Amino acid sequence: MKINEFGNASVDIIVSSISLVRTSPCGRLEHLLPRRPTILTPEKKSLAPLICLLRNRSKQSMMAQLLNSSFTPTSPCLRRQSMPSLTQPTSRKLQIQAKIREIFMPALSSTMTEGKIVSWVKSEGDKLSKGESVVVVESDKADMDVETFYDGYLAAIMVEEGGVAAVGSAIALLAETEDEIAQATSKAKEQSSSLSLSAAPSSPPPVETKIPDFVPVATVVKPATVTAVASTHPASDRGKRIVASPYAKKLAKELNIDLSGVVGSGPMGRIVAKDVEVAVVAGAAVAEPTKPPSVAPGIELGSVVPFTTMQGAVSRNMVESLGVPTFRVGYTITTDALDALYKKIKPKGVTMTALLAKATALALAKHPVVNSSCRDGKSFTYNSSINIAVAVAIDGGLITPVLQNADKVDIYSLSRKWKELVDKARAKQLQPQEYSTGTFTLSNLGMFGVDRFDAILPPGTGAIMAVGASEPTVVATKDGRIGMKSQMQVNVTADHRVIYGADLAQFLETLAKIIEDPKDLTF
Amino acid sequence: MQSSFSLSLSSASPITGRSDGGATSTASDLFFSTTTAPSQLRFCGLRREAFSGCKSSNNALLLKQLRPSNKISASLSGNGTPSKGFDYDLVIIGAGVGGHGAALHAVEKGLKTAIIEGDVVGGTCVNRGCVPSKALLAVSGRMRELQNEHHMKSFGLQVAAAGYDRQGVADHAQNLATKIRNNLTNSMKSLGVDILTGVGTVVGPQKVKYGKVGGSETLITAKDIIIATGSVPFVPKGVEVDGKTVITSDHALKLETVPEWIVIVGSGYIGLEFSDVYTALGSEVTFVEALDQLMPGFDPEIGKLAQRVLINPRKIDYHTGVFATKITPARDGKPVTIELIDAKTKEPKDTLEVDAALIATGRAPFTQGLGLENVNVETQRGFIPVDERMRVIDSKGKLVPHLYCIGDANGKMMLAHAASAQGISVVEQVSGKDHVLNHLSIPAACFTHPEISMVGLTEPQAREKAEKEGFEISIAKTSFKANTKALAENEGEGIAKMIYRPDNGEILGVHIFGMHAADLIHEASNAIALGTRIQDIKYAVHAHPTLSEVIDELFKSAKVKSDVPSAVAEPVAV
Repeated sequence: MKINEFGNASVDIIVSSISLVRTSPCGRLEHLLPRRPTILTPEKKSLAPLICLLRNRSKQSMMAQLLNSSFTPTSPCLRRQSMPSLTQPTSRKLQIQAKIREIFMPALSSTMTEGKIVSWVKSEGDKLSKGESVVVVESDKADMDVETFYDGYLAAIMVEEGGVAAVGSAIALLAETEDEIAQATSKAKEQSSSLSLSAAPSSPPPVETKIPDFVPVATVVKPATVTAVASTHPASDRGKRIVASPYAKKLAKELNIDLSGVVGSGPMGRIVAKDVEVAVVAGAAVAEPTKPPSVAPGIELGSVVPFTTMQGAVSRNMVESLGVPTFRVGYTITTDALDALYKKIKPKGVTMTALLAKATALALAKHPVVNSSCRDGKSFTYNSSINIAVAVAIDGGLITPVLQNADKVDIYSLSRKWKELVDKARAKQLQPQEYSTGTFTLSNLGMFGVDRFDAILPPGTGAIMAVGASEPTVVATKDGRIGMKSQMQVNVTADHRVIYGADLAQFLETLAKIIEDPKDLTF
Repeated sequence: MQSSFSLSLSSASPITGRSDGGATSTASDLFFSTTTAPSQLRFCGLRREAFSGCKSSNNALLLKQLRPSNKISASLSGNGTPSKGFDYDLVIIGAGVGGHGAALHAVEKGLKTAIIEGDVVGGTCVNRGCVPSKALLAVSGRMRELQNEHHMKSFGLQVAAAGYDRQGVADHAQNLATKIRNNLTNSMKSLGVDILTGVGTVVGPQKVKYGKVGGSETLITAKDIIIATGSVPFVPKGVEVDGKTVITSDHALKLETVPEWIVIVGSGYIGLEFSDVYTALGSEVTFVEALDQLMPGFDPEIGKLAQRVLINPRKIDYHTGVFATKITPARDGKPVTIELIDAKTKEPKDTLEVDAALIATGRAPFTQGLGLENVNVETQRGFIPVDERMRVIDSKGKLVPHLYCIGDANGKMMLAHAASAQGISVVEQVSGKDHVLNHLSIPAACFTHPEISMVGLTEPQAREKAEKEGFEISIAKTSFKANTKALAENEGEGIAKMIYRPDNGEILGVHIFGMHAADLIHEASNAIALGTRIQDIKYAVHAHPTLSEVIDELFKSAKVKSDVPSAVAEPVAV
């Protein structure tokens, strides 16, 4: 399909009336219009009402026709405009200068308000001659080639492939001579800032600024991946080559994730899609420093907001979690002893999170099945280390820094590590292995006064524990007395394919014992 | 109304004076001088029987149709009586779709026919090709639809997570193959075709022996012999096929595993179809293609769009311009390794380590042990050289009398229905009517979701031909996005493209990418076969709303210069 779409207002509107008639499903309009293309010169505009009538009659099929007919190379150049724009044909023309012309997003159908650039047939600097296809545009109806109306050089592409631009907005600049290319390029840069507002999804500037943000992370992580992760792919030439599945690569590209920083969990340490998604949950916090704060203050009610990459990743993860048959077991644990211990060692920099992680890790050490994970539905892995991931809300998002080997590291080191991780998370400097290697997750909403809730199991892990607030509770004891104890409710969500009710019950029993008698936590 | 109908039909007919005398033959002779059809080329219409090898249902219908002809034939058995001094009029080596099509047509022509099969009736198409792969693709199409949440939501449907049982899917493919195989066998048996079991070998002119390898062999004589031994998957040097992790289409169709990550070597239609199956079942796919572009062989524009729909949004990546020089199956806990070199510089490019590799680099003719040396025939890269009438050519360039070769073994057009059409063409010849098959009218289809189909020339081929022969070509295109039925199905992705001569309205090629493209192509292939011109076919009426309107639009959007007046063109007041 060829559409001439250069801003020249004097172009007559040519409508191929044959095609208008053809698809009208009822076939009654056959005789209304002449069979030759009608040229709608200003004098003939009286025909417009007729077309208008037709349009109302069978808008969709007619439009289809318009599109079809112009597929043929011999078809007249259509400069189609929706009815409203007939009344203001010149107003949207943005001719800069005589010699640098703008290529506009054409209106390919009467309902089209914006178009997506499918592909640029020509690249910047290419010589164009009149009638050549320059770009393929996708409208709400069809993909069409847009051809140039002038000879010249494609000086600057202003909307990249995949980008969306409003009808009538400039998508590229055409220079008449080679010398003017530079001039046009600078012009394009001037305009690109305003343009990026209308063509947000494609706007190249944000992408560029993202990269410097991410590169340091990547270079630092590379060696770390090799040493820290035992499961580095054997084929990766000791980290020189990245082995990632096709979908993982695709996702990484889409989500702007550097694969060299992603830890592979697939067969033989290969990076699979899940790993990229895990990475993006935290990586997004790194890669999108500006977005979340801007959302919070000025939320426009009733607006539809597309997911950020992080929200997209979270969404995918959450939906994926539906494929795992989970169940929940709750337990009420008395925390008086733990509270006392916490009060005692708090001055030494110990945090409650570290204490809970430590207690959980010690309980997990006795129940390795709760620390296992099932990925393929056919087998499961007893994870070699106990890495406690702790969910942390950050900038409206969510990240899960990981306390690695929480069962082995002493409580003081663990607390220091936790502080470090939280600081890093706030500064968006977490490295992938610091948020993607968890084997068991803790989610604590106690600080908000939540007394109980249940958590969704992150795909790829065996269990997650939701921790409520510890509150003074009236408790009856076996000897018939009533007393006051601080109690908190925990609720574990687990993958029932590998972890059964009895496993969780025993694990919780152990955990309660550890918390109620916390001497082991400090060694 | 009636007169105008026959007029438009006959004026476009390219049927030559040798026509077998149907109702239109006199008319076509009258109009013959006015058409510019390639003389002496006559297309042999594929009939229902010829297609039955690749159709899943309608066997009952088929048998009903054939029985009457059974009675009409003079012989007691239904199979003809052989010519004097011969055991058979026609012996066909190979009971694939090509051999089957030839056998059925031979019986109809009153020839005493035998078919020799060393393996199972049905050949590649039925047992290891088109048929079981369609079963898998039927599953993948549904899975894809059910998994596409956006697609379901746009219908207002809610579907819980779709899953599949691998064995159940594999059984479906196997059951279908068995069913079609039985249909084929029964159709031949009921007509009295002798099915001889064993490996057939040509021992001399008009002599064939057959029998189990190492067992007793029987010598038979036949007036004419057709070789229809087909092909096997081509495995390049350096590739070690173990049938488990490094497989060919033969193994893949059994669907014994669904690997997490599979490399498909070759992005032709076999590779494409399997990528469709595997990605729908949850695998990730990497294509390895020796040429610079994926999907060689397809019209470039269709290929480009198909890549945008079938490759880019799916869990597929690819390496183009590379050869897989060495493929080692998974063993001792090591994955499948694939060494890639640059196709041009021959320098090592990359090494892939994956769960499985499917070799889909094409098919090689199966012509070994045929005894071709006994009739002085040398194969060319395994293919048996034939002329345009499928007559076998010997090493001195002379025709071997009474010996024909059809189907994949001659390499002219490696498609089941082409083999069948060639077989029918040969039977026409041996029963006394000259016949040449027009290969440009044979459609081909790739059953991805959505499907790709084509007939005739691609745009570059047409441009080359146009330049050589000094005519102009034009391109017409229509989009599925403008089709009501396609939109109702939420399947607006796709285009139809026609390459034609604006001077006389001849259709040179049609390419369709979109929903049910494989079924839509036949309007175009029939038009090419019958020589129908655009200016005539554009007045044919299509039901609304149907996908066929995409093709209707295609014909209507073409601009043919010579304005052929036609009675139907005048609006008729109702």
